[in-house]
Amino acid sequence: MAEIVLDKVTKRYPDGALAVSDMDIEIADGEFVILVGPSGCGKSTALNMIAGLEDISSGELRIDGQRANEKAPKDRDIAMVFQSYALYPHMSVRENMAFPLRLAKVDDATVKQKVEEAAEILDLTQHLDRRPSNLSGGQRQRVAMGRAIVRSPKAFLMDEPLSNLDAKLRGQMRTSVSKLQKQLGTTTVYVTHDQTEAMTLGDRVVVLRGGIVQQIGSPQFLYDHPANLFVAGFIGSPSMNFVPATLEEGVLKSPLGTITLTDRVRRLAEAADAPREVVAGIRPEHFEDAALVEETHRASGATFTAPVDVLESMGAEKYAYFTVEEELATTAELQELAADAGATDVPGGGSTIVTRLSASSEAREGQQLQVWFDADRIQLFDPSSGRNLTYSG
Amino acid sequence: MSQTVTEAPATTEPRGGKAALSEGKKAERRLGLLLCAPAAIVMLAVTGYPIAYSIWLSLQRYDLRFPAERQFVGLDNYVAVLSNSYWWTAFGTTMFLTVVSVAIELVLGMALALIMHRTLVGRGLVRTVTLVPYGIVTVVAAFSWFYAWTPETGYLANALAGDGAPLTEQWPSLWIIILAEVWKTTPFMALLLMAGLALVPDDLLKAASMDGANAWQRFTKVMVPVMKPAILVALLFRTLDAFRIFDNIFVLTKGANDTSSVSMQTYNNLIKGLNLGIGSTMSVLIFITVALIAFVFIKVFGTAAPGSDQGGKR
Ligand SMILES: Nc1ncnc2c1ncn2[C@@H]1O[C@H](COP(=O)(O)OP(=O)(O)O)[C@@H](O)[C@H]1O
Ligand SMILES: [Mg+2]
Repeated sequence: MAEIVLDKVTKRYPDGALAVSDMDIEIADGEFVILVGPSGCGKSTALNMIAGLEDISSGELRIDGQRANEKAPKDRDIAMVFQSYALYPHMSVRENMAFPLRLAKVDDATVKQKVEEAAEILDLTQHLDRRPSNLSGGQRQRVAMGRAIVRSPKAFLMDEPLSNLDAKLRGQMRTSVSKLQKQLGTTTVYVTHDQTEAMTLGDRVVVLRGGIVQQIGSPQFLYDHPANLFVAGFIGSPSMNFVPATLEEGVLKSPLGTITLTDRVRRLAEAADAPREVVAGIRPEHFEDAALVEETHRASGATFTAPVDVLESMGAEKYAYFTVEEELATTAELQELAADAGATDVPGGGSTIVTRLSASSEAREGQQLQVWFDADRIQLFDPSSGRNLTYSG
Repeated sequence: MSQTVTEAPATTEPRGGKAALSEGKKAERRLGLLLCAPAAIVMLAVTGYPIAYSIWLSLQRYDLRFPAERQFVGLDNYVAVLSNSYWWTAFGTTMFLTVVSVAIELVLGMALALIMHRTLVGRGLVRTVTLVPYGIVTVVAAFSWFYAWTPETGYLANALAGDGAPLTEQWPSLWIIILAEVWKTTPFMALLLMAGLALVPDDLLKAASMDGANAWQRFTKVMVPVMKPAILVALLFRTLDAFRIFDNIFVLTKGANDTSSVSMQTYNNLIKGLNLGIGSTMSVLIFITVALIAFVFIKVFGTAAPGSDQGGKR
């Protein structure tokens, strides 16, 4: 059990690349913290610095209040799970899991007992004498977890541990990782580029972009109060819709029509000294088929009418895609997000609005639909800095 | 569709299955043989024939100085060679040279490979410098060692040997031969081992660090076992090569003072002595020993034969 503090930790690689800059994170004892961000944003570098596998260029890393910058990995008492699992191919599952204990010179009886306990927890008992090469991906992943938990380290570091699994298995393993962490109560730092994992697993999420921490908070908080465009676009699936808009005296002119802002949003925007040109963000789940919105409720939002391009029925809900006339907002942040999602080559200029409608909606592809959205959930961003102008943290 | 495919071999294997397969399979096999044929024929011509001819010669009494006495003597030559103490001395010397020089080469080669694998700056230069000895013709290198160890004129002899002439005594000579061999072939060992090092994933070593291994434990418990197939291949190559040591001995001592190797003995009998029967017998014995070494490496240690799929099952 340990408390891990990163104090202005910076990593500059010998080739000059600045991978992590001035990272400040305080991880409490027993906490499950997620480092999330698009690939190349410095997540692995940050984790490797905590592990001791990469030197820290400047700043201080403290484990349980003690400076750990110069400690060798083996003296930090931290276990790590790698994306590749990094199982020793020449050892059986049992030997793999026993390896850290053997190195720690634990006596045979204890090793046997601990390995079997871990195998029990991870449902690996019948595979103990097999070689990693004969196991399935999910089983290998569990062996890697087992090797981490056997020696009851101060903390777990996990670098995209589920990325090599297929979607279904990933979902299952996500649940078991979460359960395991709660059961053991060990401080855990978990790296992922998958926002779903970030949202579902962690006590707190650290969003990284280009080596810089964008925001730290609980998943719900990040979802409700993103600090900037990047976090807003990264957290949530499908991601937030962004449209360029002009703000004048509490009225927002956008491709989705003219919207009268609610008092709450207006006050926040005024307090933030919002410029005239803004980016308005609305999450897909804050739209609804206007026909299904009660009259009394309607007034608190705005509507627009457009033909449905594509309709995806998911059973419990429907996703309707619309094209808006004008180009969608593009800023550096949004381009990076789009690139990360692999959406750079979407035809038609990428001016698609995604909306989530109730399953009972009668929307049809190709037909006009009146869509309502909740004006109180609109978030406004400064297009130049990306700052959330309606942030109320 | 899939059902008929899976069922067909099970039910009709003896007759229908075979007949159905045979047409395409046969053509394919014929093509395969045809494609291999040129290589196989060349191989037979340049290796099979000389080997067979040596074996044939080794079964005869055949001395070019007395060609008239040529006759088939069965295994008499083998009895003669194997009961000869010179042969066994040479055999022992060869074994000693092989084991000691390969062992030293392995250690030094591994160290060099690790250095070459790890260096970030001047990698090309380090590799080039390392490979220089391997690029020098053995005989040339042997002569420079020879002159270096010659009393009066040689810098090594002057510096280290005092008044003695190391190349005229058995043990100093053997160590000088080993030195020349090691100097010459360590780079080759290092290259083979470096290829093996590249097979050890970085993550594995990182994981071992996290698991609490120090540098030595990472090396012995992770790196070496994972690259074991490459180590065995390197050892096999070098052992086979070392067992046939000839040029260094030929230049340095000419086999004097019991420093002769089996290849030297063969040369002395076959080329100098013109005794084709005995010489051929010796070369056949060398061939058998080399084959035995290869057999032991592949069967006992599980060395993956070069070219077969990497790693083997062990
Ligand atoms: N050994 C290295 N030398 C130089 N640059 C590196 C090295 N490792 C990573 N980087 C750079 O640092 C940045 C962050 O990398 P990384 O931490 O691996 O990202 P992530 O894990 O978030 O995908 C990337 O731009 C990458 O190119
Ligand atoms: Mg990474």
